[in-house]
Amino acid sequence: MQKTTYPGRVSPLAGGRRGQMIGRRLLVFSGLLGLLVLGLVLGVGQGAVPVAPDEVVRALLGLAENPIITELRLPRVLGALLVGAALGLSGAAFQGLFRNPLADPYLMGSAAGAAFGVTLAVSLAGGLGGAFAQHAIFSVMPASATWFGFLGAIGAVLLVLFLSGGASRTHDLILAGVVVGSVLVGLTSYLMLQDADRVRAVFAYTLGNLAFLSWPGVGSLAFYLLITLPFFLLLARTLNALTLGEETARSLGLPLEGLKLLLIGAATLLTAAAVAQAGIIGFVGLVAPHVLRRLLGGDYRYLLPGSALGGAVLLLWADLGARVLVAPAELPVGIVTTLLGGPFFLYLLWRGRRV
Amino acid sequence: MSEGKGVIEGPVVGGLGALEVSFAYRGRAVLEDISLELRPREWLVLLGPNGSGKSTLLRLLAGLLKPTRGGVYLGGRPLGGYSSWLRGQQIAFLPQNGGYPEDLTVEEVVALGRTPHLGLLGRGGRADWEAVEWAMQQTQVSGFRHRRLPTLSGGERQRVLLARALAARPRFLLLDEPTNHLDLHHQAEFLALVAGLRAQGLGILTVLHDPNLAGKADRVAFLSEGRLLAQGRPGEVLSEALLQQVYGRQVRVRWLEGQPVVLLGG
Repeated sequence: MQKTTYPGRVSPLAGGRRGQMIGRRLLVFSGLLGLLVLGLVLGVGQGAVPVAPDEVVRALLGLAENPIITELRLPRVLGALLVGAALGLSGAAFQGLFRNPLADPYLMGSAAGAAFGVTLAVSLAGGLGGAFAQHAIFSVMPASATWFGFLGAIGAVLLVLFLSGGASRTHDLILAGVVVGSVLVGLTSYLMLQDADRVRAVFAYTLGNLAFLSWPGVGSLAFYLLITLPFFLLLARTLNALTLGEETARSLGLPLEGLKLLLIGAATLLTAAAVAQAGIIGFVGLVAPHVLRRLLGGDYRYLLPGSALGGAVLLLWADLGARVLVAPAELPVGIVTTLLGGPFFLYLLWRGRRV
Repeated sequence: MSEGKGVIEGPVVGGLGALEVSFAYRGRAVLEDISLELRPREWLVLLGPNGSGKSTLLRLLAGLLKPTRGGVYLGGRPLGGYSSWLRGQQIAFLPQNGGYPEDLTVEEVVALGRTPHLGLLGRGGRADWEAVEWAMQQTQVSGFRHRRLPTLSGGERQRVLLARALAARPRFLLLDEPTNHLDLHHQAEFLALVAGLRAQGLGILTVLHDPNLAGKADRVAFLSEGRLLAQGRPGEVLSEALLQQVYGRQVRVRWLEGQPVVLLGG
């Protein structure tokens, strides 16, 4: 067989700079994987009953039995990983779709919409009072909760887009997102406060908390990530083309109306799945794609998986912080991400104004 | 493409043409009864004052808008009958303020032009990379292929976006005010580049608002208030009578080195 040769510099793959970029991506992805594994081991060991790292590794490998690890810590840590991945992925998708660097499930009101939908579902199912009695609404979460969350989130996104007159004006978008989000959080709190004795659990949910995650919750998150992942892979090229503007993307042959609906649907479903398990966790969907964009470049074929991995790492370590900072008590992880993400958000806003 | 469906419905055969096209937006007529054909291997300039419907006509020809009446034809067949991918392979469109990606390299942006050939999932092969290389050579942007667009000058960036449009290896190129934000030197340079692409067999339509930039075009079409006032060679169309009718009596046309030059006042 004759070997195919490219005349001159025809294949950009031959260029040294391209090799550098591939090497860089490899480095970033392996670095993130390393942080992920380290966070997993530390996260499983950390808590009211500390477990030594070698014990953790042996339990994870199935060499030793430790119910604290397998029934409490492992679902929580895996849940953090999956919730973070879902938020990072949908954040990257929203930013690309709306060509707005500040679009994220939290700022767009979709997380608050999902929380409202989920709470409504639980309270309609009559499970709210009894569930909060055990501080574990999520173990009795009806299977339909994610779908209620989905409806709430879609409604919130549409309302925000309507109020801001499209997604092109950043400040209008954020303003509308904040207003819609606040109203929905208020409505959520009202529903929950019908059971006034459980105020602490109400706060834990609206602030974002991973403490309630159980194996069924982890299963649900994994399921929704798996069914939406093919859509994101299908849509990476669309997001790339959208960086040229909607008209140009359409002129390139992309059937944009359907693809945009698919993208909004997949990102919103993931947000709803995450909120149903862990409440409203802000800024992961904003910070992870931004950092990864700096490290990987703007090609969504790498940025989407990178943001998922980055979100997972971010939330895993934020949850570790939430459990270590005020030990033996713990903070809702949403507080940690908000404290980290708030200043980052202000920086982006400030930089955007200067340009 | 199946030959069986190749019904020739209008006088337009080899080109991209509008036939008796009208377009209304929210009940207001934007274009009325326009017939204009862009032929292969020609540079056609669409002129007219602001709000005359130039950009709308360009979008109708690009298949991004559908005419209210009349039809747009590509190679003798209604443009609406083509799949969006096939349309994107044949007609490339560069909007005026389409924005540009801030986090992609020059090469990555140009490669986006291959989208109509790749679909949603296709992986680029040798033909794709050759087209990208060709487009970058034509526009002389290969030298900074690894830089990101915000680091380029306005003229360089516009050449990159042109390379993106060329990368599809289209038969027709539609450019909306491509020189709008460029200084005089880069305007001339860019239009010389566009004119040179005719030799590759491309039919090129550029919307411009400065008649003086159209002197070297093969043909000029002049649009005013949604109607086509004239089309033909630049020297025929850019007459003092026509320009005074549109812009007012202070317009003068003088001939310099075989080209009409439009002046104000005097």
